[in-house]
Amino acid sequence: MIINGVSIDETFAEAFPMKATRAIITAQNEKWAMISAQAMTGFATSVIACGCEAGIERVLDPSETPDGRPGVSVLIFAMGGKGLAKQLETRAGQCVLTSPTSALFAGIDEGLQIPLGKNLRYFGDGFQSSKKIDGKRYWRVPVMDGEFLTEATTGRVDAVGGGNFLVLAESQPQALAACEAAIIEMKKMPNVIMPFPGGVVRSGSKVGSKYPALGASTNDAFCPTLKGVTKTDLSPDIESVMEIVIDGLTKEDIDNAMRVGIQAVCDLGAENGIQRISAGNYGGKLGPFHFHLQEIMA
Amino acid sequence: MSALTFTVKQETAQRVDMSPLVCQLLKDLSLTDIAAIELQNGKRKIRVDELFTVSGDDSQNIVIKNSYAKLDFIAKELQDGSMTVEGEAGAYFGMSMKSGQLTANGNVGLYAACEMKNGLLTINGNAGDFLGAALPGNKQGMKGGTILVKGNVGQRAGDHMRRGNLLIEGNAGDYCGSRMIAGTIAVMGTTGRFLGYAMQRGTLLLWQQPQLSATFNDCGSHTLAFLPILFKSFKKLDSKFSDDSVAFNRVQRYGGDMAEKGRAEVLVKL
Repeated sequence: MIINGVSIDETFAEAFPMKATRAIITAQNEKWAMISAQAMTGFATSVIACGCEAGIERVLDPSETPDGRPGVSVLIFAMGGKGLAKQLETRAGQCVLTSPTSALFAGIDEGLQIPLGKNLRYFGDGFQSSKKIDGKRYWRVPVMDGEFLTEATTGRVDAVGGGNFLVLAESQPQALAACEAAIIEMKKMPNVIMPFPGGVVRSGSKVGSKYPALGASTNDAFCPTLKGVTKTDLSPDIESVMEIVIDGLTKEDIDNAMRVGIQAVCDLGAENGIQRISAGNYGGKLGPFHFHLQEIMA
Repeated sequence: MSALTFTVKQETAQRVDMSPLVCQLLKDLSLTDIAAIELQNGKRKIRVDELFTVSGDDSQNIVIKNSYAKLDFIAKELQDGSMTVEGEAGAYFGMSMKSGQLTANGNVGLYAACEMKNGLLTINGNAGDFLGAALPGNKQGMKGGTILVKGNVGQRAGDHMRRGNLLIEGNAGDYCGSRMIAGTIAVMGTTGRFLGYAMQRGTLLLWQQPQLSATFNDCGSHTLAFLPILFKSFKKLDSKFSDDSVAFNRVQRYGGDMAEKGRAEVLVKL
């Protein structure tokens, strides 16, 4: 398959089941809601070492938030329910509770309820108070700037993590420009995050390493500087490869995000140095979710 | 199907226990069976068809017409369904109501909605003392749901209240929110003496500056984030409380009752 001169490999991205939740952060203005959201989703690029993968889903209009203030929705993904709950609580406590004027609400009502502010309330040292409004419990925790309002719990749902595609280009600037174009379009899609810095990862990994202590190592088949010394997957004219990783609440959400992302890359086309689109997988043996590039772009 | 309607033929001299005439107890009964139910009337029994003209067939939608102030225990432990009272109601109106909707288009007596558990109870007239309170000797009053009163309420509204919303468009008598454990009481009109007496936790939300006891301390003026959420939850009510113009989030906060736990608050609109 070739789109605008860009070859779409006959391969698939392999993804895994994860547990996910959404939280809504509001503040006096969008600036402070975003600061809090950025802090909460910081150092959350990969479950390999961060404990979770998190990102900002979108900015919310005041009409969309529970308290009528500007807000930001964030999605957090982890490999298991316990890990997710721990990460959520730690990040909420250190990054949202501490952030001026913030309030924190559940972004998913269904599913198993996990603590959001349920335990953060103890920061109130007995001065905290609760309000149950329309079946939802809120906690009001007195803090130095006034009162921190948080919903007690949020819903945990089954989700999918690790959807991806690779952009193979003739130069590093061209690969990055194509990924930036893809991220702009993918950020418009609901229910997904691209957890790596700016949504783009330049250090895609393979499973295993020559060093026994490491579970993952550089994806040498796609490293352009190793073309002559390893079993490469790159043609001579490819000088840079970048990857976009997608976590989504459902397989369909990732399908949609991959489609608009790959389309944005292909719109730049061969004339902008984009040669191929490929994807990372483990032979289909590890992850139950397969995203076939050509099916998605058909 | 039309509402199952009980129209009073003639008022009795003695009080009547109306607790058998509630949606869940009449669910599978024929009109003949319903007519034969005996209600306690003073120290004697009275058949339903002796006191009421019975019509209609929808036992989940009950209307009591020509009601008077001696009909006690109307909608006791109401579970689902809807009940409407045209006229006055006696004591214990909606006592221990579990769910559903209950409306009084008139005044109600003592202990209305006492120990209510859930549902929506609307009183389009005035309510007597101990609205949403605990029965004498019991430790917990209303535990959930919403009470909406469009008129005034008597003394000790929300006494021992545990949870839920008690919304009063008119005035409240003395000891409003006394011994309250938690929950929210909102009063648009005036409040009497000893507001929040021995209140432990919970919120008294007021539109008028009250006369506060010395055991409530001023905590200053604040903008509170939970208030817009609370007012948004009132939107579905047919009430002044659903009107955008009455909502506010800027309040003077008084903490108390310092003679008790001191974790309760009186919030007065600024």
